[in-house]
Amino acid sequence: MSDPARETEVEAKARRGRNIALALGLVIFVVLVFVVTIVRLGASVAK
Amino acid sequence: MAMTEAVSTPAGTPKAAPKAVRAPARWQDFVQLMKPRVMSLVVFTALTGMVCAGQPVNPVLGAIAILCIAVGAGASAALNMWYDADIDAKMRRTRGRPVPAGRVQGADALALGVVLSMFSVMLMGMALNWLAAGLLAFTIFFYAVVYTVWLKRSTAQNIVIGGLAGALPPVIGWAAASGTAPLNAWLLCAIIFMWTPPHFWALSLYTSEDYKKAGVPMMPVVAGPASTRRQILVYSLLFTPLCLVPAFTGLGGAGYLAVAGLGGLVFLLLAVRLFRSQAGDASRQRNDDGLYDVRAGAKDARNLFAFSILYLTLLFATLLVEHLMGAAPLTLASWKLLS
Repeated sequence: MSDPARETEVEAKARRGRNIALALGLVIFVVLVFVVTIVRLGASVAK
Repeated sequence: MAMTEAVSTPAGTPKAAPKAVRAPARWQDFVQLMKPRVMSLVVFTALTGMVCAGQPVNPVLGAIAILCIAVGAGASAALNMWYDADIDAKMRRTRGRPVPAGRVQGADALALGVVLSMFSVMLMGMALNWLAAGLLAFTIFFYAVVYTVWLKRSTAQNIVIGGLAGALPPVIGWAAASGTAPLNAWLLCAIIFMWTPPHFWALSLYTSEDYKKAGVPMMPVVAGPASTRRQILVYSLLFTPLCLVPAFTGLGGAGYLAVAGLGGLVFLLLAVRLFRSQAGDASRQRNDDGLYDVRAGAKDARNLFAFSILYLTLLFATLLVEHLMGAAPLTLASWKLLS
């Protein structure tokens, strides 16, 4: 892992991109789990 | 490991890390680790399996199932790239991949593969059913461990047995939709399984120098081009009739029968031409730079390789269209009525 104090602009940009992608991935996973819960719960309630 | 030395360490970095990390890893490199083109084929066959199951699926859950299968395929690809970094670095076709090129560290590729494997299997189990999740977990394990770690470097039958990993997505899709995996689902699996050897061996006939350099025991490297061409023909003779079977089990209709029959004839013709050719022999003498710079002798191999992709795509696309349009399958019973 590079030292943020010494990293170049290119490295900083790449790190920001990775962080945003990781955050998006986690948010998508949380949303998917929420959606699955609602859909399956809805189906069970309908029965 | 018959052909090469052991290549990985439990610590997460390939033993012979080909190059030091040079450029910072971008998020696009991690996408590349997941082999998006292979992923798209997996999604297509899985979707076909899901539609052919004929069970009503909540569209949201159906989309999540396809996403899980795609991510699972991407996870196994990342694990494959982590483990194979040393041999990828030796082949022209693969040396630009993120790990051998030094853009992504092996440990990061391993972490991505493990995390995505767990997420995809868990989500599949929660959203659809645990049969589909179990099949997905087995597929990832089979590709990453049985094929990549064991078969690929130890036997010329690597892509024959390892082909099961690429053949399972329609079964996973079917199981996701219906909670079952009947014979028709396994028939789709068998078609892809039997398609794999002629497809990959045709490719390896004109890339065998690369595999030889990397110490991967592909069939042309181990048994020679003549034996490979003969085995391609044998597998083609088994594969093409198998493609007709869905038309008689209620899975495919008249359109499918026509596509499978006509395409099968072309496939066989190309396999016979390849058998009679000198494909693969010329690669031992040449010294070209382009990976797909096909010399005269290997043209027949390239033709079969290209048509194999088209043929499989057409087969599954026809099944998909027939089932989406509700076309009546041409079953054995309907044959009796017609005759």
